[in-house]
Amino acid sequence: MSIRERLSGNEAIAYAMRQIDPDVFAAFPITPSTEIPQYFAQYVANGQVSTEYVTVESEHSSMSTCVGAAAAGARAVTATSSCGLAFMYEMLYVAASARLSITLACVNRALTGPININNDHSDSMGARDTGWLQIYAENNQEAYDNYLQAMRISEDPRVRLPIMICQDGFITSHAVENILLEADEDVKRFVGEYRPENYLLKHENPLAVGPYDTCPYCMEHKVQQAMAMKAAREVVLEVAADFEKTFGRKYGFFESYEMEDAEVALVLIGSTAGTAKACIRKLRAQGVKAGLIKLRVFRPFPMEELAAALAHVKAVAVMDKSEGNSGCGGPLFAETCAACYDLPQRPMLIDVVYGLAGRDCRVEDIERVYRHLLTMAETGVTGPRYLHMGQRSNAEEVL
Amino acid sequence: MSSTMTEIRWHGRGGQGAKTACLLLADAAFASGKYVQGFPEYGPERMGAPITAYNRISEEPCTIHSNIYEPNYVVVVDESLLSTVDVTAGLDPKGAIVVNTARSPEDIRPLLRGYPGRVCTIDARTISEEHLGGYFPNTPMLAAIVQVSRVLDAGRFIADMEASFRHKFATKPQVIQGNMSCLIRSMKEVRGL
Repeated sequence: MSIRERLSGNEAIAYAMRQIDPDVFAAFPITPSTEIPQYFAQYVANGQVSTEYVTVESEHSSMSTCVGAAAAGARAVTATSSCGLAFMYEMLYVAASARLSITLACVNRALTGPININNDHSDSMGARDTGWLQIYAENNQEAYDNYLQAMRISEDPRVRLPIMICQDGFITSHAVENILLEADEDVKRFVGEYRPENYLLKHENPLAVGPYDTCPYCMEHKVQQAMAMKAAREVVLEVAADFEKTFGRKYGFFESYEMEDAEVALVLIGSTAGTAKACIRKLRAQGVKAGLIKLRVFRPFPMEELAAALAHVKAVAVMDKSEGNSGCGGPLFAETCAACYDLPQRPMLIDVVYGLAGRDCRVEDIERVYRHLLTMAETGVTGPRYLHMGQRSNAEEVL
Repeated sequence: MSSTMTEIRWHGRGGQGAKTACLLLADAAFASGKYVQGFPEYGPERMGAPITAYNRISEEPCTIHSNIYEPNYVVVVDESLLSTVDVTAGLDPKGAIVVNTARSPEDIRPLLRGYPGRVCTIDARTISEEHLGGYFPNTPMLAAIVQVSRVLDAGRFIADMEASFRHKFATKPQVIQGNMSCLIRSMKEVRGL
């Protein structure tokens, strides 16, 4: 029986962490993720968890602590945002390539500069090539549910890769909303105990972690790591299926909202999906066939599934909440285009970069994107493929 | 937004507890079985700087994750904001604004840039100073907006808040009565209903 509650996204993550009672929490504060170690510290002080709570001097150290703990066979967690994630960079690669199951709660915030504390996805999108799994949430409920599924995916012997559970800074992390929580014993049963096959000080089979890898072997290890990311696809779906069976809430690589007969559609990540759904309800009432793909799993990227979901759509706007600085669109756009390339009949595709550094995105903004797509579908003219939305400007390539 | 949803915008100054009041309202609405959102707008806040917080309260889940630009109600926790912030921007003419002031609604209306809707006032300073021994405008403002907006049933709200105060102040029960008195008196003393 689920428990009806109201919590912020950060509270929900801390609550899930308490229920799981990980072995090690490496804590270093940074806005807007700070509340997570803060709430968890109370659980530690109250004796509600048996976690080793390690207060470190930087995020480089918090990730190093997680790497050490995970290599020793412990279930290690941390939380961070923005520059904190950037400061972990080197260690993110170490964690993934050493095939260590670490769970990082990423509360998405803009990367410097100019310095800004508000939400966009530039922090975790910048880490997209590090070898970490990445799952994103629309709201506090999804942040909680994704966190409960994280360790099952990350620790699976077919995967053995670290995982980032991302949510939008402030927009969901600091917003109190209704949520369904699960009972401690049900969560513990679902997540299970971590029983690593190998770890540093296993006396019958001691191993080295992170040694120099010479040219004759290193590529084999990199390919194994890449195969693990590929294998994570089926594990993500298996865990989601068991989650639905256990708790009744359904998850996949992405959520298809009103996509069945959609003529125009958005592809986006995170909290804006809720705003887009409100817009779709409004447009559908006017007879506009608008749909939405809310991407949940960005790593591994669900290429074939996404292409299949978009195959029948006339015009698609990918909405990137990170600039990417490629000069031709954000990362979600690039990967969605790549996914659609093999379709016999591709939809018209444009990129709309929006919401940078906390720039608000309203129902009216989303409606403007749909109206733009409708014009594209009607005229058959794609026009500029790389647009920015919401900034003060009179330039043409602005929605 | 939709007819079943009530949207409220709070204006206060950093440190006065507008955010706390906003979250308390979300709590009270949640307790009465509604779907709620309570969220502050974050920036480089510091004590005394203008801040904004928002509530959505609905019979159905609210999926919108943007700030509120066309609120049904506005609460102004610090009347000195009236001269610097356009507090009635987008405010529904069929809604209302509640201002923390010792002045009357008639005195406040000329400061509201032509807002044609209901103007309500509450002297949260006097009420909180008399019942709590200090300037804590949260509880009186919360009670005032519930009374003005009727977004929650008044009797249920008072009962829920008492339970909430008993829980929150378990270690200092002496302040429960003061907060309850604040609440009940504010609901009676809101002007301009």
